[in-house]
Parts: sequence; structure tokens; C-alpha cells
Amino acid sequence: MNMELSRRQFLGAAGAGVAATTLGALGFGDIEAAHAEAIRAFKLVSTTETRNTCPYCSVACGVILYSKGDRKKGEQAEIIHIEGDTDHPTNRGTLCPKGSALLDFVKSETRLKYPMIRKPGSDKFERVSWDEALDRIVRLMKDDRDANFVEKNKDGVTVNRWTTTGFLAASATTNETAWETYKVVRSTGMLVFDNQARV
Amino acid sequence: MTNSWTDIKNTDLVIIMGGNAAEAHPCGFKWVTEAKANRGAKLIVVDPRFTRSASVADLYAPIRQGTDIAFLLGVINHCIQNDKVQWDYVKAFTNAAYIVKDGFAFKDGLFTGYDEAKRDYDKSTWDYVIGLDGYAVVDDTLTNPRCVWNLLKDHVSVYTPDMVERICGTPKDKFLKVAEMIAECSSPTKVMTSMYALGWTQHSKGSQNIRAMAMLQLILGNIGMRGGGMNALRGHSNIQGLTDVGLMSNLLPGYLTLPIEKEVDLETYMSTRGFKPLRPNQMSYWQNYRKFFVSFQKAMWGPAATPENDFAYDWLPKLDLPGYDVLRAFELMNQGKMTGYMCQGFNPLLAAPNRKKLTDALSKLKYLVTMDPLDTETARFWENHGEYNEVDTAQIQTEVIQLPSTCFAEDEGSLTNSSRWLQWHWPGGTPPGEAKTDNWIMAQIHVRLKELYRREGGKFPDPIVNLDWAYADANEPTAEELAKEINGKALATVYDTADPTKVLAEAGKLVPGFAALRDDGSTSSGCWIYAGCFNENGNNMARRDTSDPDETGAYSKWAFSWPANRRILYNRASADLNGKAWDPSRKLIEWDGAKWAGYDVPDIAPTAKPRDVGPFIMNPEGVSRLFSRAMMRDGPFPAHYEPFESPVGNLVAPNVRGNPAARVFADDFKQFAEPASAEFPYAATSYRLTEHFHYWTKHVRVNAVLQPEFFVEISEELAAEKGITGGGWVRVWSKRGSIRAKAMVTKRIKPLICDGKPVHVVGIPLHWGFTGAARKGFGPNSLTPFVGDANIETPEYKAFLVNIEPIAGPVA
Repeated sequence: MNMELSRRQFLGAAGAGVAATTLGALGFGDIEAAHAEAIRAFKLVSTTETRNTCPYCSVACGVILYSKGDRKKGEQAEIIHIEGDTDHPTNRGTLCPKGSALLDFVKSETRLKYPMIRKPGSDKFERVSWDEALDRIVRLMKDDRDANFVEKNKDGVTVNRWTTTGFLAASATTNETAWETYKVVRSTGMLVFDNQARV
Repeated sequence: MTNSWTDIKNTDLVIIMGGNAAEAHPCGFKWVTEAKANRGAKLIVVDPRFTRSASVADLYAPIRQGTDIAFLLGVINHCIQNDKVQWDYVKAFTNAAYIVKDGFAFKDGLFTGYDEAKRDYDKSTWDYVIGLDGYAVVDDTLTNPRCVWNLLKDHVSVYTPDMVERICGTPKDKFLKVAEMIAECSSPTKVMTSMYALGWTQHSKGSQNIRAMAMLQLILGNIGMRGGGMNALRGHSNIQGLTDVGLMSNLLPGYLTLPIEKEVDLETYMSTRGFKPLRPNQMSYWQNYRKFFVSFQKAMWGPAATPENDFAYDWLPKLDLPGYDVLRAFELMNQGKMTGYMCQGFNPLLAAPNRKKLTDALSKLKYLVTMDPLDTETARFWENHGEYNEVDTAQIQTEVIQLPSTCFAEDEGSLTNSSRWLQWHWPGGTPPGEAKTDNWIMAQIHVRLKELYRREGGKFPDPIVNLDWAYADANEPTAEELAKEINGKALATVYDTADPTKVLAEAGKLVPGFAALRDDGSTSSGCWIYAGCFNENGNNMARRDTSDPDETGAYSKWAFSWPANRRILYNRASADLNGKAWDPSRKLIEWDGAKWAGYDVPDIAPTAKPRDVGPFIMNPEGVSRLFSRAMMRDGPFPAHYEPFESPVGNLVAPNVRGNPAARVFADDFKQFAEPASAEFPYAATSYRLTEHFHYWTKHVRVNAVLQPEFFVEISEELAAEKGITGGGWVRVWSKRGSIRAKAMVTKRIKPLICDGKPVHVVGIPLHWGFTGAARKGFGPNSLTPFVGDANIETPEYKAFLVNIEPIAGPVA
């Protein structure tokens, strides 16, 4: 299965082919051409395609994101359609009931948009700025670390560990995020460190 | 996976046991369909439920959950008794011939050295006899009664077809049919693949479930073969990657291990990691451990890691316990011993066992931080949702900070799938509101914490302020920068050790692969097994060449497969002793008289002569292990143990409860139902529906609509016995909690007859919670026991006890 012709090339070539050959060959005149002009173009032709992989299970099916706007050009990009990538050797364009509904994940109403804080005893989240949230987090971390970090164990051996704050890493972040997370977490001496592999 | 999804098309027999690929991995399962359609492969499914995988199987055999080891050792016994063994493979490529120390024995369900108080073993006898030459003693004739093969033969002899039926509830004729079909794959030209997932791992002896099948695959000669192997289907899209990169309490990236506190310096640490070969000529690849370790330290601390300070060895925290896994974390939290907890894309309130304990534990924290694209239950554990989250909000003093992160569609980088392929993806959408990438969030935490330490001083700031952070924008490292750091760099020019005139990598360049890593501080690499993913050839993870010469299913130019772009692990074992393919139609690599070559990157030194060097290069033996020495906590052979909550006692070891080496916290033991409990008579299990992905799809309208309502699944027989009607309401409760659900009365579950007594199975799907687009509901973790696998602490989700009764429905 050697798919040298990408999906984009195929769509492009097919579009050009219709305009240049088929209509002309069939003898359509100006009226027909004007009529063809008036028909709204296939929606996906005007979108930006981006290769991605399904975030759910570890088959990692190839998907194509179709967006209005192009992030690479610094534009706002709204994803309007997601489908299987026919070039992908594993899924060959297919998606399961979860992957087929990915657009609803991206656009879920319960996607988080702003940092929030719930104060002790409170019954609600309150919106805060990123600066407030992050400064509060590192304050809490540092106070705990300074109070409970163990430099030497009872035998006087250097152990440099911190066990009173823990970090539970994800299962769908990228390897690059994983590595950065490893660096940040481990450099604090944190031992209570785990990921979702167990469940 | 030792192999890959696309390689499954090469198989003759698929066994799905401990998984349900048709529903949980539908687009991977197509390769089973390919094998069936194109080469007449057969499919066996062994499962407590008649799943959708079972519905397209050639043979379905029911089994009681938590008894897989008895079943598999029964199959091994069948193969040995009927001489269905690939002898050339077993003799040359396994430790069958190795002689085991005299003290080692197995009696009354326990191996030598058990300490009941510690629930642990003194494993000193679980090893080979070492000869005067320093190598393990072997008996190639397999006549010595102390050789691994004879010990194994004796160990599995109790698992006769009758015993399998009594323990597992699998009818003897069905079991024998399965065993016969599997045994046919002992031919060098017939290959079976094993596909498993959480149905095997989520047990208190999950690791041994997998070992039992791996042993069977070795006896059949199926490891290293196209269409063979041990194929962990795995769960989330990058759980393979997160584990490879070592985000676990006791790991460093690339399966190196964090020091324990007895290892006071680098030399002591290395003294147990020398991996001296146990047989002549063997590669014992872990002999390179120090190179990988030092390169990792250089990736962490750059110029601050020097030979003078043992490459910053003291900056790594030292373990006082085997590990701080998620179960121990919640135990410590519940004991009031933790201050803070940070959850990155993880929803433990629904994902960890014993929901009540989790809520109690989170309520004792001073602070909780969540980073997630979605509004998780964990972030709102303090919010009262009636019966779905009955908490006293005002009493909960935990400060919760919820951070919005991007999702896959707005993020760039690589994910490692179960085929070990690192595949790069690109962002296509703008994140909503103020959502930020995890890279930005983690960088902010580091940069701001470092700034506080610089300004205020504090406890041991050295590893934080010296963390190598040479990114173009310290506030947000790019995926590309991080990928290059993972791959590794030459800090000074690296020369070939065999030919010092040959340069492997110029100073400042990316290393081509892990063979260029050094232990003198002249190289760095964040995760040695990923070296080669992004080198001077570019981003190999972004490759999209779909060529596949001779259609072997390797797709070697698609993305990057760790290690070293190898597509099938142990591929040297696909060829016989002389280096010729066991099965010419499944040629993978062969010895051409001077080197190994073929369709895949050889899993051996390219010039290592056949007969001299064994195929299992990571093992100091050079062969694979039917007897795993002291490497697993619960025994060098798998043995049948019942789940901690079991509807019947242990028939082969009546005095042993659960897995004797599994860690159990004192308070949790009190919350286990007794074996064969009259109070909790039914065997429950948990699983996922094909429309759902754990708790994420709760937030996805389409999926919330496709399977809208929480239910439990029971047999027609149990329904009749309890007066439960299909669609009627039931209460299901365990010793730890109670849930309410609609009953799905089905033919898919049947009572199993175990030792003459019917065992009813109750199926509990997972998905529902109290946030998102779906209706509110319960998860199985309201009921499940707080105990994990003896080796890796995966919670026992698949086998526990409940009771069930019909109840009046809610008033509409």
C-alpha cells in the first residue's frame, strides 16, 4: 500500500480536473459554467488540514483535523471536522465510535477555559488569572517542601526526598510534555510520582 | 507490544484473553479480521463475558475472572504432556536447561522463603547454580531434575483439565479444544499471537498472568516471530510513552531505576547494575547502564552534573520504600501524611479504587491542583451531587486550583502507541478561552518555583536552580526542543570505540542513536530507548512513508519505533540456531554469513554470530526466562491464587488467601469480603463499552447519547433467582460502597460451575460520574477493593465480590 498521492493532492487534482476537462468535454456552455460557479464549493476544500492522532486508545489511529483558519499562519483556527487518515497504516481511514465523535470532544461544553480556585470550605470555583493561580501553586509547593523535605535519613545518609506533595501524570500528554514534566517534578525531589499506566 | 498492530495480519491463531479488542481497540482489531480473511487464521476468545470479540471468534471459552493463571498453566501442562513443544527453540533460546539452586521449592502454594508478617519472600534461593567459571550451570540434555524445564513440568502438573474446570469454570471439553488449537502452534511454521489488556493487568497477580502467557509463547517458539509475540494492547494513547519516559515513583526514563537509600553513592548504585553475562559471549546489553544513566543526568542538570559530583547523583531523591504508586499516595493522604497533590490529565476520583477512601483522602489535603482540558470529578470532589457525590462541602478544607489545558487538537508532539511507534502530531485548532499547553504550565511551575528559591532561599534548592533549562523561551519549551533533548546530544565529539578514527557524532550534534551514548559526561540523552527519534536526519517521528517491502506489515519508514526503529522485538529469535528463518514465509532477519539482515533492524549486534550470541540480549543469560529468578516479588513461576475477594476458596492451596506477596494496607484488609462470602456471593468485574473511553467521553455529547445510562449486566439465571427484570432497578453493593443501576439481563453472561457450585458474574461498565454531558451515574470504583498487583500495584478491578437486589426505581 504505497499512497504517494496525498488526500490533499487528490482533492486538488480532482477539482482542477472537473473545471478543466469534464465540463468542457461535455460541451457545457457559459450558462452551465455560470451555474457551476454559483454552487457553493465543497466545504472542506477551503479548510486547513492538519495531521494528528486520536487521543483515546493506544492504537493511535491517524486523524485529519479540518479547520477554518490556519494556526501556522498565526490565524485563529476553528476545527470544524475530524476524520480518519486514509494514509495511516494502522487504521487506514477508519475510526471507531469514539474517534468518529472527536469533534464533540474538542468542542465539549465542559472544556475548561479559565483557571479557577476553590477556597477551603467554599461551595464554588472562582475565576482567577494565570498569574494568581501559578503564584499560589508555587507558594503552596515551596512552603510544603521547605517544611517537609528530608535531606538526610536517620542514618545520616543523603536522601533529598520530598514525600508530602505528589504528582499524578497523565496518559495522553505527549512524550515531550512527559519529559518536561519529569524534569520539573523530579528536580524538586518528589517521590510520590505516578502515571495512569496502572489503571 | 513485542510486535505491532499491522503485524497481526501475519498470524495463524489469535488468542484474546484479558482483553476485548473488538470493542476496546476496534480499529486495531481489523488486523485480526485481515488475518482471518486472508490467511485463514483462527480466533479464540477466553473471557467471563461473551464479548463482541467472542462473537466473531472461532472458539469462545468462558472463564471465571481471576483464574487465568490456572488456565494458562493448564495449557502449558497440556503442551508438555503431549509433546507440543518447539524443542529447538526451547533448548536454545530459553533457560529450560539452567540448573536451579537446591533450596528452591514450591509447597502449599508458597515458594521458599515466605515471611507471612512481611507478606514478602526471602528470594535468595530463587536463582541458578553458578559454576566455578562464574557462569550459570546448564544441562542441555534436560535430564537433571533441578533444571528449569523439569521444575516447570512438576510445577504445572497439578493443572490438569479437570482441575482447570474446577477452578476456572471452563467446561473441560472447551478447555481441551482451546489447548489443542494452541498446541498446534508449537510447529515452527505455525504462529499464535496473544492480545491482552487490562483484563489481565487489573488483578493482584496481573504481572504473573502475563508471564504465564509469555512462557507459553516461548514454549511454542512464538516470540520474535512475525505474527507472534506478546501484545499488550494498552489503554490510553500515550500510556506507553509516559511509562517509557519513566513517570513513575521508582523509575528513571528508559526503564532505569531510581536509587534506593542504601545506595549511598554512584558506585554503590552501579554495583548492582553491572549485568555481568551469565553465559559466555552474551551481549547482556544492560552492561551499558552507566552510559544511559550518566547521559540522563546530563540531560537533567547539564554542566552542573560533573564527574566530581558523581554527575549530580545526590540530586536524585532516594527511595525508602519500593515505590510511591497511586495506591500508596492515597493511603498516605488518608493517613493525613500529605499536604498537596497535583493531577495532570488524570481523574483519580473515578480511576482509583474504593471511592469513599479517595474522597476521605482528598479531603485531608491542604491543596489539590488539577490540569485538564475537561472539568473532572476530581477537581470537584468537594461539590455535593446528591447520591453521586455525597459530601459535606463546608467541612472540606482543601484548596483546589483548577488549570485549563489544551487537548490533542491544539498541541504538538509525539505519542507512543502500543506498537511502540512514536508518531508526531500537529496542532490544528486554537485553544478555548485561556487554556494553555501542558508545556507552558509545567514551565511556569518550574520557572516561578526557581525564582522563589533564588529570592528566598530554602531547603536544598540545588537540583531546582541548576535544572538544565536552556530553551529559547524559558517560559515555554517547544516540542521540538524537548524531543531533541530526549534523543540526546554529543557534548564533545564522540568516536567509535572499535575504530577511534571514526566520528559517531560531532560535538554539539544530535546523537544518531543510543550506541553513541557515553558514561564520561560527553553525551546527554533524556530517555536512551528513544535515542534516534530526532537526530541529524530530522524528526523521524514525523515520517509518513507508507512503503512496506513485500508487505510484511513492518512499515519501517512510518514514524519511529523504539528501540532503534526496530519493529519486532527479539527478532533474532525468528531464525533458527544457524540464522535461517524457522518459517521461510515469515522471514524477518537472517544471517548471511557475515551479518544479520532482512526486513527489520536486527535485535542483536549485526555481526554477532549465530550459535555464539543468544537472541535475548537484555538478559545476562542471552536466553529468555521460563524461570524468572528473583525478579518478581511473588515467585519465579506463576501460581494460581484467587482474587482477594473470591467466590470460592483456593483449590490448589487452601490456606493461601489472595496473592501472598501482594501489599495490603491494614485498613483495607478489614474491608475485604471473606472468600466464598455468604454476604457478598457474586463475582463482579468491570469493563468499558465500545462507545466510551473511560471518563472523557462523558463530556462528549455523541458518546453520551450512544450509551446514555449506567447499567449493570447479569445473567438470566441470576435475574430469575433474585427476581430482577430487564430494565428494572437494582442495588449493587460491596463491603466498601453501594450503587444503584438499571439491570441489563443478558445471555452474554452465564453462570459458571466452579468445583460443582454455580458462580454468578455481575458486569459493571465504567464511564459515568457527575460532570460532563452524560447523565449522572456511578463507577465501579465505588465498589472495588484497594489492593494492587504484587509487582506493579495495578488495582484489582477485574475480580471482586458484590451482592445485588431489585429495588424500586426513582420517582420520575
